Amino acid sequence: MSTEALRRPSVSSLVWRQFGYQNKVFWRTPIAAFFTIVFPLMLLVLFTAIFGNDEIEGLGITTAQYFTPGLAVFAAVSATYTNLAIGTAIARDNGILKRIRGTPIPPWAYIAGRVASSVYLAFLAMALMMAAGVVFYGVQIIARTLPAALLTFVVGVSCFAALGMLVAAISPNGDATPAITNATLLPVAFISNIFFPIENPPRWMEIAGDFFPLKAFAEAFRDAFDPTLTGPQFHWPQIGYLALWGVVAGLLAIRFFRWEPSSGSTSRHRRRDESQLESV
Amino acid sequence: MAAIEVTGLRKSYGDVVAVDGVDITVETGEVFALLGPNGAGKTTTVEILEGHRSADGGSIGVLGFDPSTGGRAYRERIGIVLQEGAVERELSVREALSIYGGMYPRRLDADHLIDLVGLTEKADARIKTLSGGQQRRLELALGLVGDPDLLFLDEPTTGFDPSARRQAWGILENLADLGKTILLTTHYMDEAQHLADRIAIIDGGKIVAEGTPETLGGRADGKSMIRFALPEGVSFEDLPITASTVDGDMVEVSAESATRALHELTTWAIDKDVELEQLQVARPSLEDVYLELTDEH
Repeated sequence: MSTEALRRPSVSSLVWRQFGYQNKVFWRTPIAAFFTIVFPLMLLVLFTAIFGNDEIEGLGITTAQYFTPGLAVFAAVSATYTNLAIGTAIARDNGILKRIRGTPIPPWAYIAGRVASSVYLAFLAMALMMAAGVVFYGVQIIARTLPAALLTFVVGVSCFAALGMLVAAISPNGDATPAITNATLLPVAFISNIFFPIENPPRWMEIAGDFFPLKAFAEAFRDAFDPTLTGPQFHWPQIGYLALWGVVAGLLAIRFFRWEPSSGSTSRHRRRDESQLESV
Repeated sequence: MAAIEVTGLRKSYGDVVAVDGVDITVETGEVFALLGPNGAGKTTTVEILEGHRSADGGSIGVLGFDPSTGGRAYRERIGIVLQEGAVERELSVREALSIYGGMYPRRLDADHLIDLVGLTEKADARIKTLSGGQQRRLELALGLVGDPDLLFLDEPTTGFDPSARRQAWGILENLADLGKTILLTTHYMDEAQHLADRIAIIDGGKIVAEGTPETLGGRADGKSMIRFALPEGVSFEDLPITASTVDGDMVEVSAESATRALHELTTWAIDKDVELEQLQVARPSLEDVYLELTDEH
């Protein structure tokens, strides 16, 4: 049998390869690709059809100009938070994470490849959303505020990637994880004015919206696409708040991360009961 | 230097003692089987050696490394075939071998491996389309892709049908011929007997017997057992040799020298003109030894 003798692969090449394979796996999982890329675009079509694309009263911008950046944030959060949480938890149930721990790739390099893939997909989903807005609904991109939009986006998706890894860390198994991500993301998206602005919300709703990081992300990103505003639109308090959430979530994710399925896991991927006896 | 040297290995989960002072030495190039019933401590022992779990006590040297601190350098030299392993189901067989192979400084050619485990027809198929047996063979290929010096095989053929097991055994025999050190766990006696150079029987977290398949549990120097039905009209006292056990009409004679004992017995029977019905001579089988040692009667 032939053996290729090679030098030890560099860590950066390992991360890069993992990134590539993770992207490949994403595109071959139609359900994930649909909810991350296609579904938010459908929402844009739906909202502009329902509300028309006239100027929103009191805001001075069109419906699409308001919704497109918000839905771009929603798509980016799906790509990072939802996909990372579900994908990582299923990989753990399947034994993929355990296998990875038995190979020479440094564990953090594997995680970095996964996270990088989700961040890349978030950029792609955001760019597609903004492009659809520009091409079909006359959304304006403002060169002056692009640096603020990009910085907000980078910090925002990093924050939600960390939150996704935290959910993966604490979720009991891959079957429970979609329930956790949906039950957290959807209500928070509503109170964060992602889908439509709520006029005069109850006080508690406003407080809850301000507490979770999604509203800060959406507001800071949306304002970078508001032609009625002036200045560079760096929303430092929001960016700082996102960074704080991201750091705390990241530290907790590292603290609680598990590479093996929990012993009580009843995932459909578990093949034999004997092994559970054996590992007790 | 021995590939694996373990002394006094201990591991508990809460109050449950899983491994209770295990000593194992595996020489380089040897195929060593850890045989025992479910829950005996096989998987825990192997997972400690793989670096998946830490031990509570004992000294562990594998390829000169402490698995818990060996890190990347250690993992570059071992291959692991997990009992419950899996890979990304959306990848093809070749892609999986490429990405996992890419993690090692030394690697076996993917196409050779695919041929070795008999997945040539499925090389470009998505893993999710493989049958259970094919996925296990891919597992084996993934364990080998880094051209390991030491291969861990945890229950490699559990759930296989007989022909798939024969096929897997053929592959494993090839590996042994290549000079790989292999540590295998199994609860199939015939598997251990067929594949291993040496076998340790583990039960209740302890090694209860160790040896080659021929000598295990005193099989080689063990006494032969002569069995026959007590002829009618003959009492035990009439027999020329002493019966060690009697079960109904069946007489069992445990003999140091089966030849001598049989000669005495048959000469006596011919003289008396009686027939020794159901006469048989047997060495204790590995199964007898195993069942006796693990109390699985």
